[in-house]
Amino acid sequence: MNSLLKTVTISIIFSILITSVLAQTQGMVTVKGGVYIPLYGVDSTAVKINSFLMDVHPVSNTDFSIFIQKYPEWKRNTVKRLFADKNYLMLWETDNTLGDQLHPNAPITNVSWFAAKKYCECLGKRLPTVDEWEYAAMADEHITDARKKETYNQYILEWYEAPKSFNNTIGSTFKNYWGIYDLHGLVWEWTMDFNSVLISGESRKDVDKDSNLFCGSAAVGASDLMNYAAFMRYAFRGSVKANYAIRNLGFRCVKDIDIVP
Amino acid sequence: MNTRLKKLNLSTLSFGVLLLMMLLGASCSKEKDKTKVYDSPEAIPVSREMIAELTSPPNVPKPTGRRKAKKLIVNMEILEKEGEMTDGVKYVYWTFGGSVPGSFIRTKIGDEVEFHLKNHPDNKLPHNIDLHAVTGPGGGATSSFISPGHEAQFSFKVLNPGLYVYHCATAPVGMHIANGMYGLILVEPEEGLPEVDREYYVMQGDFYTKGENGDRGLQPFDMKKAVDEDADYVVFNGKVGSLTGDNAITANVGETVRLYVGNGGPNLVSSFHVIGEIFDAVRVEGGDLINENVQTTLVPAGGAAIVEFKVDVPGTFILVDHSIFRAFNKGALGMLKVQGDDNKKIYSGKQEEGIYQPEGGGIQEMPAEEGVATTEETAKTFEEKMEYGKATYMQTCFACHQAEGQGIANAFPPLAKSDYLNADLNRAIDIILHGKTGEITVNGEKYNSVMTKQDLTDEEISNVLTYVYNSWGNSKKEITPSMVASRRNVH
Repeated sequence: MNSLLKTVTISIIFSILITSVLAQTQGMVTVKGGVYIPLYGVDSTAVKINSFLMDVHPVSNTDFSIFIQKYPEWKRNTVKRLFADKNYLMLWETDNTLGDQLHPNAPITNVSWFAAKKYCECLGKRLPTVDEWEYAAMADEHITDARKKETYNQYILEWYEAPKSFNNTIGSTFKNYWGIYDLHGLVWEWTMDFNSVLISGESRKDVDKDSNLFCGSAAVGASDLMNYAAFMRYAFRGSVKANYAIRNLGFRCVKDIDIVP
Repeated sequence: MNTRLKKLNLSTLSFGVLLLMMLLGASCSKEKDKTKVYDSPEAIPVSREMIAELTSPPNVPKPTGRRKAKKLIVNMEILEKEGEMTDGVKYVYWTFGGSVPGSFIRTKIGDEVEFHLKNHPDNKLPHNIDLHAVTGPGGGATSSFISPGHEAQFSFKVLNPGLYVYHCATAPVGMHIANGMYGLILVEPEEGLPEVDREYYVMQGDFYTKGENGDRGLQPFDMKKAVDEDADYVVFNGKVGSLTGDNAITANVGETVRLYVGNGGPNLVSSFHVIGEIFDAVRVEGGDLINENVQTTLVPAGGAAIVEFKVDVPGTFILVDHSIFRAFNKGALGMLKVQGDDNKKIYSGKQEEGIYQPEGGGIQEMPAEEGVATTEETAKTFEEKMEYGKATYMQTCFACHQAEGQGIANAFPPLAKSDYLNADLNRAIDIILHGKTGEITVNGEKYNSVMTKQDLTDEEISNVLTYVYNSWGNSKKEITPSMVASRRNVH
């Protein structure tokens, strides 16, 4: 087959595929796959990301209320301690209702990894991997990889220092290149393999090559020195356990794009 | 090196025990076993539990005195909160115990410290603590790494007497420290430190903000400046003015003052000096070595020193980092106010030694071009003029003319109820624009000093003069930028 024809065929199949998938998955957009070097990697460990669908917004309080009505085992009073610590849905007024303190359209927080994972599964989705999340989140409004932009990093750092953003509504930050909102500036988000990159909590020790851990502070091992903001995400992920429910930590789901031959 | 240290420890230890023996000898001579000498601090047993008293700066917890080693419970809460760097400038501080520097922890050698580190649920970031007084990996950092809404507990025995820094060691470490996550922990020797009349807690830190020094509003941390070690603020106790005016530390003539001086960094080393005092004793770097008759002591970033001096004469003594631009231009300035009777033998009050002329004797240059252009918003109302004027005053004029415009006797003339000031408005503008040297008489007192020309805009000069003229009993004139501009051209 000549190569032009091949390309055309593939792109036709691809676009049909995307359109059909889009029709089925409301509130999700496609993040086109590619290769990038994550913060903790070295040149030889570039990561390949397949195209996937990602929720445009983080899961909201309202979304999660609907979920627990359907799956009451995830209510505050019934959830297993193993799956969620005592802070689970802590600010809710009752086991079923949000109350006045929380905005219905604010992102759900104080949820454990188990609950987040279950939520996505029940919708036929899953949590993003760290690599997928970081890949989607390195885009700013205009380009797919804004990690080198000083303004982009400064924006993220400023959020880290802005208190109490968890009760802002979803969609209140910027829409990035892929059409996704709130990856930065609202809440932290759970990832499927949040603890795959280990931080011991002693960031200087993590430099030690024997322990083969991610280096949080020193330059060794960090492929992108300017991406200071990302250090903090990895540090945060390293500090949590799967049953932790934290006030500034929410989640969103993704979905694979099945390649039908 | 190590053995020598141990010997030293043992000798201080045995001295303490001897003292204890003598004291006990009087009251309960039966208990001979009390004279036990421990092979090492590790062997010191603890009796009973006690909750540690924690204090925010400039206060220090009560001395441990002659109490025995205890199990000491420390409850420390981490809070990320907005505070004020200087008038009109806000900053989000990350704190141990709600203050910068963090709460002062006072322990005694042999204490078993049970440390509870609590990360407030509203916080965004995980934190931990590395105490330099801890013997163990990471100084506790590995064991205390916690996410928001959680609490970590770990224990350690304090083995070496001295004054130590603690700080957060979570990635990125520099940023956590730059935002204020440091403090001091004191380990007293068995016999306790000698009693003094006053004890205070002073800790220096450098801050890096997106805007320049004095730019109003909430200023975020600037990573680039931090990496370049280009500090916008260098301050004592977390903010400009934390130890000046009403916040000054105090003492009475004849008292001995002990300052626990720390330096959190993240970058700069401090040349700690008290203007008009000589340190009778400095525990160098917070350790056992005592140096006497010291003018300026070096406090490394991540290090500390204990300085002691007797105050013999009344007056205001200025604490500075003698890398002097930090003191007068970036905020590293504090005050010790001493009250009591004059002692003319020690200090006549008429000579100038003992007072440092901060801006004196420098190279005077006439402006070759207009002052630096700024994008600063302009004051629209009288109230705003007063507010902005005050901010400029605190930044530019305060070091010499003082918070209430009272000046410093024999060195810097007063602005409060000043006949010289009120007599001639244009002269006042000229002095700010072009500086002033030579003898003048203000309110009947002669001053022969130097004021350099100030690099301020017309707007800033009009605000600060309006503030000065409408404060402290002055003639309530309002000055406009155009009045200033017209004087610029006259000269």
